[in-house]
Amino acid sequence: MSVLVLGVGNILLTDEGIGVRVVEAIEQRYKIPSGIDVVDGGTAGMELLETMSRRDHVIIVDAVNTGAVPGTVVELRGDEVPALFRTRISPHQLGISDLLGVLTVTGEMPKQMSLFGAVPFSLETGVDLTEAMQERLETIVTCVVAELQQLGYDLTPIEPPLSEAV
Amino acid sequence: MAKRIVVDPVTRIEGHLRVDVEVENGQVSKAWSSGQAWRGIEKILEGRDPLDAWVFTQRICGVCTTVHAIASVRAVENALQLEIPTNAQFIRNLIVGAHAIHDHIVHFYHLSALDWVDITSAIKADPKKAAELAESLSTWKLNGVHELTAVQEKLKGFVNSGQLGIFANGYWGHDAMKLPPEVNLIAAAHYLQALEVQRDANRLVTVLGGKTPHIQNLAVGGVTNSINLDSQAVLNMERLVYIKDLIDKLEDFVKNAYLLDLAVIGAHYTDWAGYGKGITDYLCVPEMPLDGKGEKFNMPGGYISNGDLSTFKPITGFNDPYFIEGVAESTKHSWYHGDMPLHPWKGETEPNYDDFNDEGQYSWIKSPTFHGKPAQVGPLANVLCMAAAGHEPTKKYLGVLTDTLSSLVGSPIGIDALHSTLGRHAARAVRCAVLVDELKVQWQMLVNNIGKGDTDIYNRPVFPKGEIQGVGIHEAPRGVLSHWVVIDDGKIKNYQAVVPSTWNAGPRNAEDVPGPYEASLMGNPIANPDRPLEVLRTVHSFDPCIACAIHLMDTEQNEIVKVRAL
Repeated sequence: MSVLVLGVGNILLTDEGIGVRVVEAIEQRYKIPSGIDVVDGGTAGMELLETMSRRDHVIIVDAVNTGAVPGTVVELRGDEVPALFRTRISPHQLGISDLLGVLTVTGEMPKQMSLFGAVPFSLETGVDLTEAMQERLETIVTCVVAELQQLGYDLTPIEPPLSEAV
Repeated sequence: MAKRIVVDPVTRIEGHLRVDVEVENGQVSKAWSSGQAWRGIEKILEGRDPLDAWVFTQRICGVCTTVHAIASVRAVENALQLEIPTNAQFIRNLIVGAHAIHDHIVHFYHLSALDWVDITSAIKADPKKAAELAESLSTWKLNGVHELTAVQEKLKGFVNSGQLGIFANGYWGHDAMKLPPEVNLIAAAHYLQALEVQRDANRLVTVLGGKTPHIQNLAVGGVTNSINLDSQAVLNMERLVYIKDLIDKLEDFVKNAYLLDLAVIGAHYTDWAGYGKGITDYLCVPEMPLDGKGEKFNMPGGYISNGDLSTFKPITGFNDPYFIEGVAESTKHSWYHGDMPLHPWKGETEPNYDDFNDEGQYSWIKSPTFHGKPAQVGPLANVLCMAAAGHEPTKKYLGVLTDTLSSLVGSPIGIDALHSTLGRHAARAVRCAVLVDELKVQWQMLVNNIGKGDTDIYNRPVFPKGEIQGVGIHEAPRGVLSHWVVIDDGKIKNYQAVVPSTWNAGPRNAEDVPGPYEASLMGNPIANPDRPLEVLRTVHSFDPCIACAIHLMDTEQNEIVKVRAL
């Protein structure tokens, strides 16, 4: 299996960076077993082509704007994922939508896809998530870890350093 | 009566560009370029450690992350007058070159070629004839009849199944599409092959940068790529040989496919050498520094006035006052308070939003000037300045392109044709070929330097008490990028990024002179206002940072049609 957890977003626009903040949290808290890559995709588009190609499963984490109230956590699967990016409810539909278009043409689309995201409270300038979004981050991390478990990967938490354990 | 067309692309990643044109008798008679530049960066950086600034600035944009990292470390080093080890300079140059090659290839094939190439026509081509044409011009290994037949079958599959993927939105069958089916097939094949090739450019950036997007190997004072030829874990000979392999692969495609494609496609669009001229005052900065201070460069920069190459005046290095003192930004037509041109170190950003006023304020982009005049930046400016400076590789590849084009057209096409929409694409291909050769030079210099026993990569910066200021200049894929920083007691006090798209997409300036996008659209033909492909051709030729979905609003019919900028 080759699984990718891809967080996308602009960390300079507060809650827009939720996808990146989720993958940072997963990397900091868990040992990542072989077979899974956890990647901070930032704001990029075509540069991620190699990273996304020929995967068995891609889990995208992103800020989404579904029209639902801010803070709504969204979960999508299969064909719903490319459809979401085509219908412009994610701020990154352009980069990701183009990438999925290219992967279709090159025959390298991921076999399975899922997406976890949340509707942002704020897109103001700033590098921190809003407090309310910080709570959603915990929910989404749990969702991603559960999804990976479904795929047969148990993530073990990283032992806290000795100085903290004492 | 003049008909107004509003082309309004929106993206949250790179800001927002809107282009308005008035069309009279099938031609653009007035144009406005209106945009929102990222200006929040000042707020985020204020009070922060200058050592960290590059990590933030490379998140400004999703298309060219590395360039804002490079310009930022150069700005802080410039403020400190900090020399960096030559190894660090060469490693940065390899990243700069590979990133630019990636950007140019993706821009031409994947973001703008479909303005000129009709994918659906390629299905009607005779692959044998197409292969004969391609093989008569080039030694590129994937031009054979089998390859082209396979590509055609693949395209047929997409079209028949309705699964067009990235080709789904295009101006197929538009009257302005002029390529014969065989040329469309060659271009479509190279489009698909370029998807593979651009990965190699990206691999090179990843090997040295540790990660793309958003490289991790920079530091104010150098790079963090430890060099030890006896270690498995750091930059060693095996990694360096891998980099050389990647450069060789890029060279094959850029010289044998990309450069010649411009001639093959351009030969059918020579009328576009007559449109899109716009501003012919050209500005670029020197790139590929060879020493730690930024005094010697392999790619020259400078300024050309009025399209006349004999007026070329060089910009000699990172400290040249001709550049540093020449830049100012006006806000007379932008949604900010004040309208007097200000130097970036004194730059103010006080918003004063009003509506879109044709004669007043209509853009979030400021209007930069060089010694009081707007300037066009980008590969065309770069190639013309390098040619004027007598840069041999530039003259060589410019010659290859114009000779091939002249022989295909059957009449001589000279350097004057470059002042145009077509010329901007041609210059980008020439610059790409120059960059490939430059990568080889930089690679060799790095290897030689390491071979001499020099493994230095970093000089520690020390911040003085009191106020210092610096500028980081970089000839980025879209042109002149400059980051301006004021540091007080080791903390950032002011930070301004004057980006290439600001130079080109800026509104009318303090003296009401239009910016390069606006000027280039004048006289542009528009066959069908509902499908303004020609506007996109000229705007795309600048490689605007907007690969995005756009809204087309016809204010007369008051309906919104969604079109895609491919």
